[in-house]
Amino acid sequence: MFARVLALLVKELLAVLRDGRSRAVLIGPPLLQLLVFGYAATFDLNHVPMAIYDQDHSAASRELVAHFAGAPAFEVVARLTSDAGIDRLIDSRQAALVLLIDARFSRDLLTHRPARVQAIVDGRNSNTALLIEGYANSIINDFAIGWAGSHGGRPPEAVLVTRARYNPALSSRWFIVPGIVALLTQVVTLLVVGLSVAREREAGTFDQLLVTPLRQIDILLGKGLPGLLIGMIEASAIIAAALWWFDVPLRGGVGALYLGLLLFVVSATGIGLMISALAATQQQALLGTFLFMVPSIILSGFATPIANMPGWMQTLTLLNPMRYILVIVRAVFLEGAGMATLWPQYWPMAVIGVAGLAAAGWLFRKRTI
Amino acid sequence: MSARRRLWGLLRKESLQIWRDPSALAIALLLPTVLLLIFGYGVSLDARNVRLAIVVQEPGPLATQFVAGFARSPYFQPVLFAAIQDAEAAMDRGDAQAIVWLQSDFARAANAGGAPVGLLVNGVDANDARIIEGYVQQVWAGFVAAHGGGVISVQPRVRFNPSVSSRDYLVPGLIAVIMTLTGALLTALVIAREWERGTMEALMVTPVAMREILLAKLLPYFVLGMGGMAGSVAIAVWLFGVVLHGSFWVLTAASALFMLAALGMGLLISSVARNQFVAGQIAIITTFLPAFILSGFVFDIASMPRAVQIITHVVAARYFVSILQSVFLAGDVWSVIAPNAAALALMAVIFLVLARAIARKRLD
Repeated sequence: MFARVLALLVKELLAVLRDGRSRAVLIGPPLLQLLVFGYAATFDLNHVPMAIYDQDHSAASRELVAHFAGAPAFEVVARLTSDAGIDRLIDSRQAALVLLIDARFSRDLLTHRPARVQAIVDGRNSNTALLIEGYANSIINDFAIGWAGSHGGRPPEAVLVTRARYNPALSSRWFIVPGIVALLTQVVTLLVVGLSVAREREAGTFDQLLVTPLRQIDILLGKGLPGLLIGMIEASAIIAAALWWFDVPLRGGVGALYLGLLLFVVSATGIGLMISALAATQQQALLGTFLFMVPSIILSGFATPIANMPGWMQTLTLLNPMRYILVIVRAVFLEGAGMATLWPQYWPMAVIGVAGLAAAGWLFRKRTI
Repeated sequence: MSARRRLWGLLRKESLQIWRDPSALAIALLLPTVLLLIFGYGVSLDARNVRLAIVVQEPGPLATQFVAGFARSPYFQPVLFAAIQDAEAAMDRGDAQAIVWLQSDFARAANAGGAPVGLLVNGVDANDARIIEGYVQQVWAGFVAAHGGGVISVQPRVRFNPSVSSRDYLVPGLIAVIMTLTGALLTALVIAREWERGTMEALMVTPVAMREILLAKLLPYFVLGMGGMAGSVAIAVWLFGVVLHGSFWVLTAASALFMLAALGMGLLISSVARNQFVAGQIAIITTFLPAFILSGFVFDIASMPRAVQIITHVVAARYFVSILQSVFLAGDVWSVIAPNAAALALMAVIFLVLARAIARKRLD
């Protein structure tokens, strides 16, 4: 029996890897995408174009402007001399923030009245808008505390002292890159198994496979193992890149991480094979793969938190293996979590995987009758 | 047979094929509406009901005033703790996303000025952490202003989306991502399928030109894709209440250009791959993730490193996201629409010309 499964496994691997283009799709793009996405997917602000309209023209206002010009988050692209330019710059997206310093700015500062500053933000991207407001507030606060310190005057009653646990620099790359590990692992696994049964169905060779002495479980293993093998190998390469290229710290154990990945790849393989077995044509299989892959990624907590979803949808995400692996990779990488605390994430993936594989095995035969 | 009748015949063939395999109709009409429905509800970056632990070591009138600010804020669900250890334990369990810590000498220090208020956030989700930090800053600024005011008062004004609701900007972006999938999926397999089934050779022996074959594959799917687009816009406007500030015709024209680019990309994939399996793999790899991550739909392009910004220029969704966000939230801003529409048109031409060049009437 072992020899039969091995023979089928070799055949499946050959079917995927023999075609040069298919091989190229499996190996090149995922690694390239890790590099590009690792840099692209960031919520941190860098060089956000901003404009300054300084109505005050005083030493104090120039000092405030210097604080902005020196911040890596912003890049001063224009200086305005009238109100007219503000809307035009924002509308055309040349500037995402316009800082308007009131004409009475330095006078108010010297007489210890709250000096007024207006921050006009482009709200088309609301997340960036909120972040820009936060960054601008921090810079202005730093300036205010410095000013109060050097020019006398009463500091505010309370000052905020912020500290972030697990990710002290609040670098969103640390949050995103472990997520990309899970993302690409799933895509690669689906690439291998998503169309595999549908292709044989369309070519008619699947019926031939069913009349061989191979049992259902053998076919399932032969079809599933290539996805598992290739998925795990690519995952390892991507983890290596996350560690040594992007310098994301791995604080937890490798065992906890790999147990999670193994269960995740099993569940992705199960779902992929199920879709493939259900489809009559490759076009349907491709549609099914997308219908699973896209929601599973967008509703996984990869970019937008699950906690922000309505209650019924949060319940729905319990069926999504991606949800669990994201918790695992982030907890192991950043929080140093061990296997013991991750059981609530492991077992649902195991259940999904077994259910998916069982359904696929059943569909192999059912669909042809 | 005249060229027009030939084209007509091919169009009829393609339309029949679409009609008989319901998966094309499903891709064009069902996929965008279902995905937009799910995502419109599920994708949000607005942190609401943040579970906030507040540690007050020595209760007093000033501390009570400070805490009241959090109870009034719509963003927080505050829970009081007496000791920082308990609050930290709550954060480790995942019961608290942030901790605000007033130490025992808060009242005394505040009278002297500059009392430190500790804010501890869980930094794993850095974006969420920053947004929570911003909300805490707002409450803090309110407290300071009520007590004689700080040194500087900042008046934020948000243009185009004054309530800073993330749905209003995410929904237009989602339309672009979803239509990228639809466009490419519709055409990615159609030429590869003919090659694989051997019907391409049957087509070749007829007098039809490759140009006509491609055109016949493009037009019906274009109509279908625009149908899906119309459905998505209807859902965005009537279900999610995203107000369309710009004009309907600008939106339609931009969508048509984008649809041509997306379908052109699908045809190109199909011509390059010549077999459905590889075409499907290329479609999975090249459409969804780049449109999701490199289009500026959630991740700000201006904040990416220069080299990655250059790469984003080959992603058609990038231009469409920019147009959609402007047309929906700002109006017909031509300084945004014109260059992006030109880029879409250019991409459509390049894809279609390349597909035409590669799909020769030749067997090799």
